[in-house]
Amino acid sequence: MTMREITYRQALNEALAEELERDPNVFLMGEEVAQYNGAYKISQGLLDRFGPSRIIDTPISENGFAGMGIGAAMVGLRPIVEFMTFSFSLVAFDQVVNNAPNMLTMSGGQFNVPITFRGPNGPAHQIGATHMHATEPLYANFPGLKICTPATPRDAKGLLKTAIRDDNPVLVLEAELLYSSKGLVEPEGHELLIPLGQAEIKRQGSDVTIICYAQTVPMALAAAEALEEEEISAEVLDLRSIKPLDMEAILNSVAKTHRVVIAEQDRPYCGIGSELCYRIQKEIFDELDAPIARVAQEDVAMPYNERLEKAVLPSAAKIVTAVKKVCYA
Amino acid sequence: MSQPELRDEVEMLSLMLLIRRFEERASQQYQAQKIGGFCHLYIGQEAVVIGAIAATRHDDYLITAYRDHAHALGRGTSANACMAEMFGKATGCSRGLGGSMHYFDKANHMYGGHAIVGAHIPLAAGMAFASKYRGEDRVTLCFFGDGAINQGAFHEAFNLAALYKLPVIFICENNLYAMGTSVERSTSLKQIVDRAEGYEMPGFVADGMNFRDVRDKLTEVIDAIRKDPHPAFVEIRTYRYRGHSMSDPASYRTKEQLEKYRMDDPITRLRAQLTREGKLSNEQFDAMDKAAKETALASVKFAEESAELPLEELYNYTYVGADGATLARAMSTDAPPL
Repeated sequence: MTMREITYRQALNEALAEELERDPNVFLMGEEVAQYNGAYKISQGLLDRFGPSRIIDTPISENGFAGMGIGAAMVGLRPIVEFMTFSFSLVAFDQVVNNAPNMLTMSGGQFNVPITFRGPNGPAHQIGATHMHATEPLYANFPGLKICTPATPRDAKGLLKTAIRDDNPVLVLEAELLYSSKGLVEPEGHELLIPLGQAEIKRQGSDVTIICYAQTVPMALAAAEALEEEEISAEVLDLRSIKPLDMEAILNSVAKTHRVVIAEQDRPYCGIGSELCYRIQKEIFDELDAPIARVAQEDVAMPYNERLEKAVLPSAAKIVTAVKKVCYA
Repeated sequence: MSQPELRDEVEMLSLMLLIRRFEERASQQYQAQKIGGFCHLYIGQEAVVIGAIAATRHDDYLITAYRDHAHALGRGTSANACMAEMFGKATGCSRGLGGSMHYFDKANHMYGGHAIVGAHIPLAAGMAFASKYRGEDRVTLCFFGDGAINQGAFHEAFNLAALYKLPVIFICENNLYAMGTSVERSTSLKQIVDRAEGYEMPGFVADGMNFRDVRDKLTEVIDAIRKDPHPAFVEIRTYRYRGHSMSDPASYRTKEQLEKYRMDDPITRLRAQLTREGKLSNEQFDAMDKAAKETALASVKFAEESAELPLEELYNYTYVGADGATLARAMSTDAPPL
């Protein structure tokens, strides 16, 4: 099998097309997904291929169309709802957290909601405080939701396809800054399904584990490369899913390296890393040779100014510093 | 037409009686602390839901807000399952996991029971979207109170339904009060039905104390929707005799107002109409009422004697799928061992 190099954007587009092709109950709705071919061109060409009954432009009305998707899912369709960015999903927060994941319990198991919410999430570049939220810790707090955070084209394709086939509500939090990044993916037509809840070691190492996901994965890889020159061997563990969480992979890596840096794209207070720290110390406290370090955003509203923005965001350089700290180097 | 209509009207009256007697029992059981949480009674509004059910098919989708007992009973959910739900029992229509505000019954096309005001209205648009997507002629009935019409979800769903020409009938049960706030104090319009105009949607008004008026107006609207999918809005003017919930003494209303509506009681009215037309005898009515009371009383016994869900099932309703319970357990901090 010859792998191809494609972009993250193309990988998502292929996943959508393959699942639309496979199941007539699947449809895509959202702002600008049809005639405009997607604000970020993820749905390029889908209107031409699948027609307006399945590729549906919506007004700017997130609460309305998110709820519409949930209602359609309750009666047997499998909607894919695109948020132009997950920052806008906050307008539909009640639908995503109160209706989609609660329905199964509230109905005593009668109604599951097989819906996929997807779109770019997390820090972008110089668009200010309202448009670049990393929403994963918000949604991770709600039982009933599943959340994945692909960092590579291959993961983007494989996780999105799995999400669409899942019978529960799944959030695919795409990495806006990685849409044009390239990577190797199996040929088109190859059934690429990556299970939710499986982390992947993106780089082997022995001295420290850098736990990362989405936009912090390339940062962690760059940091690991830089650290190699200083003879520190960093393992890069990409969570890929936030919920379910692959604790086994985390514990195996930490048991090997005994040192941990968590590189997360969200804010630190009650962020993803807080939960990871709790779970690691609870399970394998004795394996740790140093306190866990975290690299996250600063806990401030995102400034527009480029220099200040950079100061707020995680980076490879910040990860390198954190690794040296936990390695006492 | 006259014969089936005759049969139907008596049957519909018996359903209205069942709802009333059931809720009287529920009220009593709430006061006896057998029922927890919130409990919103429908008493006084029975002709609204039963008029709508008389105008629709059983496979039409129905979704409503939290004042939902009547909608389930009207659709065919048993009084036993409804009472057991309030008692939190596994035999309840939502296995005791939903409570009074979250009645669901898939077999009877009852899609909830939704407790965030207005948040289910977009869901109704989605259900109607699904019917149209599949080329079915089902209509979705979406009930909500006058308190929902100022929520964003209401407006967004109205716009989407009109834009996509979805086969949904939006039914505002205007009982004059959103909890304790009257319509005049909450809504910029004098007439709620006028909200339809903003979405170029046909709008109608029906008298919610009059079963026949509700049924006849909705029959007309629904026939039109089935022929040519589109949304419609019906404001049904009604009144709840009780407070917003069991804990509300309704001191914001006058005794005179309540008495005025009680004099116009929907059950009394339909009974009088049928009696006057020679379609119902006093004996028949008394027998129906007695049966309703017995069914309600029996539902209390059923609920009391039913079992609760075993604790071991706690994790079974968060995710569907073979590994659903394992997942819910794994994300809990210190779930007890299996």
